[in-house]
This record gives sequence, C-alpha cells and structure tokens, in this order.
Amino acid sequence: MMSLDEEQLYQEHILDHYEDPYHRGHCQHCTHAHEDDNPLCGDVVRMELDLLDNGQIKEVYFDGDGCCISQAAASMLVEKFDGRSVEEVKRFTANEMLELFGVRLTANRQKCCLLPWRVLQAAIYSPRTEQDDDQGSARAGKDS
Amino acid sequence: MSVTAATSILNPEAFRPDFPILDTVLHGNVPLVYLDNGATSQRPRQVIQAIVDTYERHYANVHRGIHWLADQSTDLYEGAREKVCAFINAPAKEQVIFTHGATEAINLVARSWGDANMHAGDEILLTEMEHHSNIVPWQQLAARSGAVLRYIPLTDDGRLELGSLDGLLHERTKIVALTAISNVLGTINPVEEIIRRAHQAGAVVLIDGAQSVPHQPTDVAAMDCDFLAFSGHKMLGPSGVGVLYGKRELLDAMPPFMGGGSMIRRVRLDGFEPGDLPAKFEAGTPPIVPAIGLGAAIDYLNAVGMPAIQRYECLLTERAHEVLDRVGGVRILGPQPRYKSGIVSFTLERIHAHDIAQLVDRHGIAVRAGHHCAMPLHKRYGVNATARASFYFYNTLAEIDKLGEALQQVKGLFHRL
Repeated sequence: MMSLDEEQLYQEHILDHYEDPYHRGHCQHCTHAHEDDNPLCGDVVRMELDLLDNGQIKEVYFDGDGCCISQAAASMLVEKFDGRSVEEVKRFTANEMLELFGVRLTANRQKCCLLPWRVLQAAIYSPRTEQDDDQGSARAGKDS
Repeated sequence: MSVTAATSILNPEAFRPDFPILDTVLHGNVPLVYLDNGATSQRPRQVIQAIVDTYERHYANVHRGIHWLADQSTDLYEGAREKVCAFINAPAKEQVIFTHGATEAINLVARSWGDANMHAGDEILLTEMEHHSNIVPWQQLAARSGAVLRYIPLTDDGRLELGSLDGLLHERTKIVALTAISNVLGTINPVEEIIRRAHQAGAVVLIDGAQSVPHQPTDVAAMDCDFLAFSGHKMLGPSGVGVLYGKRELLDAMPPFMGGGSMIRRVRLDGFEPGDLPAKFEAGTPPIVPAIGLGAAIDYLNAVGMPAIQRYECLLTERAHEVLDRVGGVRILGPQPRYKSGIVSFTLERIHAHDIAQLVDRHGIAVRAGHHCAMPLHKRYGVNATARASFYFYNTLAEIDKLGEALQQVKGLFHRL
C-alpha cells in the first residue's frame, strides 16, 4: 500500500533519530540558545550550545516538540555539529540540510526539516542572557 | 412517497457520481477518500456547470449596464441572493450581503457595527472554541475601541460552560460572537439559548455559521440571531463568496465598511451618500460568478435535503467514533457524537498529527493536520496539533472504515521498535 517515497520518508534511519534522538536535552553549561516554531504546524525546536572562545562547539543539545521530520532533522543536525566549529555551522546551507536529511521532501515538509537548521543558525548568534537562567524552555517539549 | 422514504437514510452513492473529483485515483492506484470537508467541500457538476454557463453565456458586470448581458448577469446574481435568503429563512433579500467569505463578513461587522457601537470598557463575549476568524477581528476592535474581550470557557469534553454565562453577560456586554459548530470539536452549540440570554442582557449576537449552514437546516428568524456569517466553499459552492445576514435595523444603522463603486447613492467631490441595502456593503465588483455558483449549490443542497444531510452525518460521526476507538490510543477531542456535527479531531498516541496526515495520505485519505486556525482551543486541551477528519453527505461508511485501517498501519509503523 505504501509507496516507495513514503517508505523512504519514514525509513528506519529517520525513525531511529525520532525514537532515539542524539543529544535531546539541555547543555550542562549553556552559552548560547535559541528557540523557534513553525507557526502553521506548531512544531517547536530549541537549540542549546556550549561555545568555547576559539569558536568550537563543545556541546550542542536540542529539545522540541513536533513531527517526525522536524525532530529527526534536529537530531541529525546536532549529531553532525557536536564538537565542530561555529564557522562550519555558518557555512552549512539550507540545501545541505536537506541533503543531510537524505529523503526528498515536499515543499511543506521541507519547512519541518529546515526548522532545526534555522534555529541552530540563530542560536550561534544568541548568547544566553541572565533572564534565560531558568533551565530549558517555556515551550519546547512541554508546550500545551 | 411513503413515510418511510421521507425518513429513510440518505444514500451517498446516489450523489457521488455528481462529484467528478471523487473519482480521483492517486499515488498510482488508491482512490481518493476526501475527509477534509471542514476546510472546504467539493463541488458537484451542477455547480461547475452553472459557473461555466455564466462565463460562456451570461457574463457581464452587475448593476451597471443597461445592455442585455448586464441584465442577464444581474438577474442571475440577484437570483442567487434570493436563494440564499430562502435557504436561511431571512425576512428579505436586502438583508443578505455577499462578501468574499465568512471572514470578510465577520470583519465587516467588527469594523462597521463595532466602530460605531463599541466604547472603552464595553465587552465583547466570545468562546474559547472560536476559529481565528472569529477572534482576531474582535481583538482588533478591542484594540481600536478600548473594549474588553471575554471568553465563554469550555468543559473538558468540549462543550460550552453555560454555567459561566450569568457572570459573563451583563449590561457592558455589547456583542456576543460565537460559532454554531466548532470547526475542531464538532460541538453543536445551543445558540438559541445563548442568543435569548444575550438579548436579555441587551447584547447583539453574531453567529459564525461556517460549519453549520452547510450541514444542517438554518433559520435565522427562528434563531433570532442579529448577524450570521458563512462561506460558500464549504457548502458545495465556489471559493471567493461568503454571506453576511443581518437584522434590518442594525444593517440600516451601520456605516459602510468599504468605500467604492456600487455602495453609493451619489458622490460629490466633497463627499458621498451611501446606497441602500445590500449595495451599501457591496463596494466594487462583487463576486458575481461565485455567488451564482453558490445559488446552484443551494439548489443542489435543497434537492438532497438539509434534514437528511444532518441525519446522515450523525451516522458517519458515530461510525468514526467507533472506528477510532477500536484503533486504540486515539484521543478524540470533543464530546460524544450526540452533541456533534461531522467533525472528528484526534491525536494518536504521541505520533504527530502531520505524520498521521502524511501517512494516511498514502492510502488516499485526505485529513487535515495542525491547529485548524484554533490555537487557543488546542492550548485549552493541551495539544499542539490534531488530525481532523470532517465529513459531508457524499462520504461513505466504508471510507471511514478505511481511515481506521490506515491508522492501524500508522500505529504499526511507529511501534516497530
């Protein structure tokens, strides 16, 4: 019944990231953080980073709530950039994000996949302020 | 015709051949199962033909020419107004205003009636189950006027908390705006009772009929609402046309909403005099062909019979609840079928609504996923998004069973670990 496309979209690799995500949670020492949503579907992703002065990403974690695509994409992205540099994040384009995800997505679902990419791009420019000191997010993962 | 026939259940197979789109086969080999009627319905060929005929044989601008074609199109356009008038049992056709949709109809009231009547400290009473189109125009009005918004809360099973009305309705309440049927929960609201109590408090009442007018008989005289707004495209008509019904004394007293051609009696360089109803609220070239298409849709609905549609959709809703309950792990938002119209919004365990919609699409099934333009309602029930199946009289019990089977498979996929 299921077409090839669909088997790909919900293939093991993606479901694995969704069910058993890489670094879902919070940085113990968070220097930068950003959170955003897709207003049309309500998907939420938050990214937390521990950035070193030399531009290295010591740690990156995500949290969020949303569809399989948005959450699996966040997990893949975090896995790719954990331990890498801010410069590499800056150079990482939207198209490369879609390639990383690996399955061809319709325009609507591309928005789901690009949400974590967009949040990470903003997070590297978003130093954590004192107000953020309540660990974690008001919305991510527990929006209700 | 015998009594049995008159009360017998509608047979969708008698109507499905009229809807060309329902023959669609997608993804190679699966027939379309269209369960997104709450977003928009499909059209029978009679409506499509009325649109084609108008463009091919009767089309000119309305109310402007004295040539033959202008008479033709004006007659058809005004004929559509008469059909709407009879369909909702309005006292006079001048009280039926064509807009570009239900949203514009509500905005018209919020802008025209609202700006003339709302003052700082006055109150607007809505419900927590409103569509954004019946929230945002009132928030804008509150911001312009200094009026205060209040909301009738909801019970856990998705009905209005009527016990709260005594506290919420008082002399400062100037308008109550509520939906007759929730576009998410399917709840049929007791609008007559609310209208009666609002009137006792001195408030006027606007009913959002976008989900009710297509699915049950409507009688504005019996309901005694002050305004009724609804769309054409959810009731077999084209998109781009909606209706505002209003009580005459209110409409007469209201200033025009938009300025332009048609809505004036005369224009001088230093001012204008507005025209009479309904022209006063139909500035510019109106949605001529969509309105004529809506007229054809009403002819079709009358032939099917609104009471029969309502009864049949109850059956579909009952079946949907049974089928979804059997899937296991489904949470339906909203009340038991006896309080509902043909709308079933649900979550399935922790599988996101978009994943549900995408996966059932592969079975040809069209359902909506998201917040359905009702974010406050979703917040009330602690969910970000739901999947929504919404029915019309051309849907079959077998289609609902297919939804159940597809959901079983979705569950299976996510339970593979």
